[in-house]
Amino acid sequence: MLKIRNLHAKIDDKEILRGISLDVKPGEIHAIMGPNGSGKSTLAAVLTGNEAFEVSEGSVEFSGKDLLEMAPEDRAREGLFLSFQYPVEIPGVSMTNFMRTAINEQRKYRGLEPLSASEFLKLMRDRKNLVEIDSDLTNRSVNEGFSGGEKKKNEIFQMAMLDPKLAILDETDSGLDIDALRVVANGVNKLRRADNATIVITHYQRLLDYIQPDYVHVLYKGRIVKSAGKELALELEEKGYDWIKKEFEE
Amino acid sequence: MATDQDRLLEEVTNREYQYGFYTDIEMDMFSKGLSEDTIRAISEKKNEPAFMLEFRLDAYRKWLKMESPDWAHLKIPAIDYQDIIYYAAPKPKPKLNSLDEVDPELKATFDKLGIPLDEQKVLAGVAVDAVIDSVSVKTTFRETLAERGIIFCSISEAIREYPDLVKQYLGSVVPVGDNYFAALNSAVFSDGSFVYIPKGVRCPMELSTYFRINARDTGQFERTLIVAEDDSYVSYLEGCTAPMRDENQLHAAVVEIVAFERAEVKYSTVQNWYPGDKEGKGGIYNFVTKRGICKGDYSKISWTQVETGSAITWKYPSCVLMGDHSVGEFYSVALTNNYQQADTGTKMIHLGKNTKSLIVSKGISAGKSQNSYRGLVRVSKKADNARNFSQCDSLLLGDKCGAHTFPYLEINNSTAKVEHEATTSKIGEDQIFYCNQRGISTEDAVGLIVNGYVKEVINQLPMEFAVEAQKLLQISLEGSVG
Repeated sequence: MLKIRNLHAKIDDKEILRGISLDVKPGEIHAIMGPNGSGKSTLAAVLTGNEAFEVSEGSVEFSGKDLLEMAPEDRAREGLFLSFQYPVEIPGVSMTNFMRTAINEQRKYRGLEPLSASEFLKLMRDRKNLVEIDSDLTNRSVNEGFSGGEKKKNEIFQMAMLDPKLAILDETDSGLDIDALRVVANGVNKLRRADNATIVITHYQRLLDYIQPDYVHVLYKGRIVKSAGKELALELEEKGYDWIKKEFEE
Repeated sequence: MATDQDRLLEEVTNREYQYGFYTDIEMDMFSKGLSEDTIRAISEKKNEPAFMLEFRLDAYRKWLKMESPDWAHLKIPAIDYQDIIYYAAPKPKPKLNSLDEVDPELKATFDKLGIPLDEQKVLAGVAVDAVIDSVSVKTTFRETLAERGIIFCSISEAIREYPDLVKQYLGSVVPVGDNYFAALNSAVFSDGSFVYIPKGVRCPMELSTYFRINARDTGQFERTLIVAEDDSYVSYLEGCTAPMRDENQLHAAVVEIVAFERAEVKYSTVQNWYPGDKEGKGGIYNFVTKRGICKGDYSKISWTQVETGSAITWKYPSCVLMGDHSVGEFYSVALTNNYQQADTGTKMIHLGKNTKSLIVSKGISAGKSQNSYRGLVRVSKKADNARNFSQCDSLLLGDKCGAHTFPYLEINNSTAKVEHEATTSKIGEDQIFYCNQRGISTEDAVGLIVNGYVKEVINQLPMEFAVEAQKLLQISLEGSVG
């Protein structure tokens, strides 16, 4: 589904990603861990097409297509979803209107008719139940005045609505209390299928108690320095990142 | 990052003006120039009673002694008032029968603009007065309205048929010498609309005037007068367009509203005059005086405007709150793009006790445009317990445009409560990216964000027009963000 090869990216001439290679297959959950500043969020930004970063080398293939050639909206329409670390507020735009626009744009791209109002509302009800979010969230403007936890739950709700092939959760657990964390994790688990995949970016292993990854990768200074099964997350939890730093310090 | 956004912004505002066509109709026109003779000729052409000629000449003499205002944050090139045609009217064709009173060419023009003059085809519940250049060509639903005693006709007809009403109210809210452009209008206005709502009558449909400038080198000077007697209600709308031309054309209108006890008047404008091209060539100078007086206790006047057109806009729809407990409202969206300039806002003059006013102004600047809010809140000595709340927001698209806020407060009564809030923001690249990441294109994202920003004002418009206004905003911004 996703093939990253030797990916290099920089911002203002500072190289952040320094040769990342990664394969994600349908049905898999990958966790990407690493100390602050290792390039985890940059990887998410580059994959989704944030123009602040410049790709200097490497390739990314998504469902057989050259991802890096696509505009950000087309990447989304191809089924790539990002749960933002800092979801953005859009005053005056209702969640309902926002989601309806997004879904219908994605449907148009796939050659489907737009959803009727009743189909859309039914889908909203259904997805709200699935991810257990308060129904008044969708009556408000996009993220406006939402608490940190509400914003993250809202990201998962949008993920449920858009039903992506590949979802990237960028530090979705940061700043969440245990209840919100459980809601987020339950949402991800319920949406998991044999034909979709998830990349979980996190600093702590806490989220991985709830979302069981198939693979854990450690990102350090813009490179994946270690990959293993979920036991690696526990090892990191126990030992911290210092041993990684020591081992891979140049 | 800044350069990305700029490039982005530059890409989204480039669609052509849709209404820029010109209709070739046989015209009855004066030659260029302004003098007492021009004014006498206009008055004669319109078979006006003597008092109107006096009104016009008085205004003209005052105007001659006045100077063009220079206090606005606008760069207004010198206007040669002798180089303008002050009267241009489509030549009436011989009538075949009463059903075909409107020239088919003219009808086609208005059809093209989406303004049906046919009562069967008209938008449900909207009566239209269509004004082309200097004259009104057709007013629909007059008979239906007349059954309730409502008068809705062109101002020229009102002057001939209801001279007493016109004499009593014309110039009573905006005196002939009020300001430079109002004086000019009072001297040379050629048409416009007149509305009279009798006591206790709620107007059953939206009334609307559609203004079209068509002929070259002409100025349009329209005059609207609305009188709402005790316990009456009316909602009135105006729309306007003009052909695309390289030279500037002047539009100097005056609107007066009088509201008696418990009367309510809602006045909505969707202003879409030709704004000029991307280099700032051509476009309409829109210099307008709009003022309403809440004469009676508990009366209410509400102005809603969506301003997207014109090369230069100079306009301050105002309320004089004379009756106790009267209410004035001003809701505005002013969008400027390319080289457009707008200096717009309102005046709320509190004279009566327990009067209230609300100001919601949303400016949007894109391209190299300049957009200013200028608003006055005055509370007079006797206006006990006056309340005002003002909210003035500015949204910037790109970094080559300007947004300015000039609030003036004159408070002469210690019981007054006046609040002013102002914000300035930029459409963030992060907001656009967030939308992109959900599959929404940048152009649609800007539309969403801008429409979210102006929602409070658009909600004040009648339904069909709210939809139009939203589309108009999006079109006006195309090419300013990519």
